[in-house]
Amino acid sequence: MVGSSSRVPVAKTYKIYIDGKFPRTESGRYFPLENSDGNVIANMCWGSRKDFRNSVVAARKAFPGWSSASAYLRGQIMYRIAEMLEGRSDQFVAELVLQGQSKRRAKKEVEATIDRLIYYAGWSDKYQQIFSAVNPVSSSHFNFSVLEATGVVSILAPNDSSLLGLVSNVIPAIVGGNTCVVLASEKMPLCAVSFAEVLHASDVPGGVVNILTGYREELVGQFASHMDVNAVVFCDGDAEVARDIQEQAADNIKRVIARVDADWAKEKSQNPYLIKETQETKTTWHPIGS
Amino acid sequence: MSSDPSKLAFHDGWQYAPAPESTDHVSIDEQYELFIGGEFSKPEEERYFDTINPATEERLSSVALAGSADVDRAVKAARKAYSGAWSKMKAAERGKYIFRIARILQERAREFSVLESLDGGKPIRESRDIDIPLAAAHFFYYAGWADKLEYAFPGRTPKSLGVAGQVIPWNFPLLMASWKIAPALACGNTVVLKPAETTPLTALRLAEVIREADLPPGVVNIITGAGETGAAIVNHDDVDKVAFTGSTDVGRIIQRSLAGTGKKYTLELGGKAANIIFADAAIDQAVEGIVNGIFFNQGHVCCAGSRLLVQESVAEEVIAKLKDRMETLIVGDPLDKNTDIGAINSAEQLDTIRSYLSIGREEGAEMYQSSCKVPETGYWCRPTIFTGVSQSHRIVQEEIFGPVLAIQTFRTLEEGLTKANNTPYGLSGGVWTDKGAKIFKMTQSIRAGVVWANTFNKFDPTSPFGGYKESGVGREGGLHGLDAYVTLES
Repeated sequence: MVGSSSRVPVAKTYKIYIDGKFPRTESGRYFPLENSDGNVIANMCWGSRKDFRNSVVAARKAFPGWSSASAYLRGQIMYRIAEMLEGRSDQFVAELVLQGQSKRRAKKEVEATIDRLIYYAGWSDKYQQIFSAVNPVSSSHFNFSVLEATGVVSILAPNDSSLLGLVSNVIPAIVGGNTCVVLASEKMPLCAVSFAEVLHASDVPGGVVNILTGYREELVGQFASHMDVNAVVFCDGDAEVARDIQEQAADNIKRVIARVDADWAKEKSQNPYLIKETQETKTTWHPIGS
Repeated sequence: MSSDPSKLAFHDGWQYAPAPESTDHVSIDEQYELFIGGEFSKPEEERYFDTINPATEERLSSVALAGSADVDRAVKAARKAYSGAWSKMKAAERGKYIFRIARILQERAREFSVLESLDGGKPIRESRDIDIPLAAAHFFYYAGWADKLEYAFPGRTPKSLGVAGQVIPWNFPLLMASWKIAPALACGNTVVLKPAETTPLTALRLAEVIREADLPPGVVNIITGAGETGAAIVNHDDVDKVAFTGSTDVGRIIQRSLAGTGKKYTLELGGKAANIIFADAAIDQAVEGIVNGIFFNQGHVCCAGSRLLVQESVAEEVIAKLKDRMETLIVGDPLDKNTDIGAINSAEQLDTIRSYLSIGREEGAEMYQSSCKVPETGYWCRPTIFTGVSQSHRIVQEEIFGPVLAIQTFRTLEEGLTKANNTPYGLSGGVWTDKGAKIFKMTQSIRAGVVWANTFNKFDPTSPFGGYKESGVGREGGLHGLDAYVTLES
């Protein structure tokens, strides 16, 4: 070391993101993430069921504040996430390349992700106007239906689209006022953790998005069955996995949103119906009279 | 005059003469068959069950019990009608058939009202003024959607799903049939519907109406039976969509059994709604709202205001006025136009309600019932309130589905809201206050699909209905109710 002129680089410790903080998994476990040559890129947190439960507590705590934040504010925060990601795009490209993606594809994915954030930032104060209604009831009442966030959403992010796919599922949920717990891509988890840092720098309140890394097979049951989760989104898996998720979701009549086989790079993979899927319709009545 | 000037004096001077609705214009067959493929046919196993009048315990008719072979026959008929006539028909023509159903229901409204009250026990005033007119209105509303669906889904092309399997409850028999059938048909689907086993008669009469309206055979199939028949519909491989209204426990079983099938589903499940009275409410109106909230349809209402949350400073006054008002409620003959509270729908449901009355007392709550007389035969429950209850009591947490109200108090808005939302259910809620800002604060913060402010238990075909949390998935009614019966192509 002495006499060497080259600087030793500082490697990043990839942790998980719960309640606006970056802890290691409470379990103390890790799994080595290897590149195609078999070299260890990073020791990832092997997230546990307890990490998931802690995340749900954080998400539930964050829900009242986030769901009642103004649409304008939520839109600006989505835009801010895009700004932060743009500024750090080189890092995300590098991470994708490190995990085996070609540089060209990586660059395209990061750019598409930024554009997707802008797309949904613009929806924040518009989807309500598209999907709500004043209902012309026959009696003397004023009656209207609006959308409200369904609550805490658990998201099993796509395995193959580790950044764009994650963002394409997280953003429609949170732009609509939900809070969420996300399981990152198992085979390419780096960008999810770095994206948590972007969220953290973008005024997204702690607990609104919680991101775990770990093994899908171990955690999927919790994502589907937890009694304080209102909706579960999943993007991968065969028919058996889908059936298991739906069965366990029935414990508390969770909304089950299957987005298997979606191509997240396509433009049709962004639309306000994805926001609507994690919304509830509330109808309010009031008499008209003197 | 009463010695207490605040108390209403009803006890002497006035008596209501009986005012029974005549039944001679309603004929009931000795036996009813299954309505499949436009014809009434016997069930394969030739099994039948009785439907009785819960007010007299007398048998009204025998009704076919559909087995799995019959379900299969009905689904096949629906599939054939779907791929043959219905999905190929011009949407505007489809709409005209649905308009016809609405019109015939309006023409035959009184007959349906009487039959509904006979078979289900609900007061004729409600079946005549609410259930049947709303059912007709529901068909009329959705008929008009049939050729306008593309306007309901911006940027998308809605397509029909195929065969809808629909299972409905006994609390609003014809109305629930209309909630299910009308949007399904408007969106181009065909239907297999099962009414509840205690209230099949108006659905079977609806089958006659559908024949009278000359719908292509098999577009609507109505088959009768109990839980097993319902399960056979839900689990039939060739059903594309399931719509269920009933308890959360059964809803859970259905959601589980649909896992992995790719069938679309809507579930309208249980509720335990809070009706929240603030001190600044118009108290007399609020008391009427409480009565309507919990005693409407004997409390057999999934969105009933079965929890009263009253601000502490007016609790004594509200409870006194409520008890006073309860004394005026007439419990008895459902066909009497003066009747406020009819018969409990079945012996089984009466047992459930009674068991909750015991549970409430055992848990230490104080029970109060009005002093009215009830008939000796039939199934009856006096209007009942419990005070001195706490959040953890089962009568506060669990759906009773009867004329039983649990009363709690609160001091601050936040406390009221916390108590209101402290339930796995989220179907409906009520708030009573004269302050506009408080109304919006509360209606925004109650986690439920339908919120009534300074009113309660109002329904309309244009108004979406359905729950948050464990009260269900999806909406019925209004533009939003179309969603459940289409798939959206981009």
